[in-house]
Amino acid sequence: MNIQVELHEDNKNLTGVVRGEIDAHTAPVLRERLEAHQDQEGLNAVIDLSGVNYMDSTGLGVFVAFFKALNAKEGHVKLTGLSARLKRLFDITGLGDIMDIESAEKGGN
Amino acid sequence: MRPFDYIEMRVPAKPQYVGVARLAISGLASRIGFSYDDIEDLKIASSEAVTNAVQHAYKDEEDGEVVIGCALYGDKIEIMVADHGKSFDFEETKSKVGPYHEQEEISFMREGGLGLYLIETLMDEVKVHHQEGVTVFMTKHVKREQVEEDVETVSS
Repeated sequence: MNIQVELHEDNKNLTGVVRGEIDAHTAPVLRERLEAHQDQEGLNAVIDLSGVNYMDSTGLGVFVAFFKALNAKEGHVKLTGLSARLKRLFDITGLGDIMDIESAEKGGN
Repeated sequence: MRPFDYIEMRVPAKPQYVGVARLAISGLASRIGFSYDDIEDLKIASSEAVTNAVQHAYKDEEDGEVVIGCALYGDKIEIMVADHGKSFDFEETKSKVGPYHEQEEISFMREGGLGLYLIETLMDEVKVHHQEGVTVFMTKHVKREQVEEDVETVSS
């Protein structure tokens, strides 16, 4: 029940890797780390979630807030490496249509 | 003898125990043969319910507790999550919970955001009961289509 968040910002590009579980306990850690970058104008963020083995609505809430904050500053958020489970979570909540997400599975459908 | 095994957990109303409850429920669900995906659904639904309860209990008193009751049947699991720290009579509470009405639950849902929506989507049946706090009652059935017992009849 831990989370690891690695973020590197370089000239308006933010690359990040999140590993572990995102729930009510760990989501505030992730939120705080992302909020430190969200005031930047035109930030292009790519966050790898392939190491996230559990996420619920608390995690969705953090990414939605980050997505809104960056959009308001003409930035962009892309979430990559989503497992089938995570992809499903975004899809059933309708967020998959709004946010830029990419599954871990290559090719196929 | 009652037709189910009953397991009750009482955890402090703190976010660090949401994961503990989730893992315990995951273990219980695997005992009665839920698929991997159904167990993952149960983990999310129970986390959402416990997270909501933790947030509710927090609001009222600092050292609140959340009670999680699980009834294991041969083919389904019933989970009750209450944001008041009282142990409940499972059958009695179950008989009191009413169907979920969207209008009434808006304030409950506001805090959890997508939480209750996910519970409804991932579980087969959801009821919410307001009395001395909020109790969420949810059921998920084991889907038997793909288990071995059926393979024989289909393939013969």
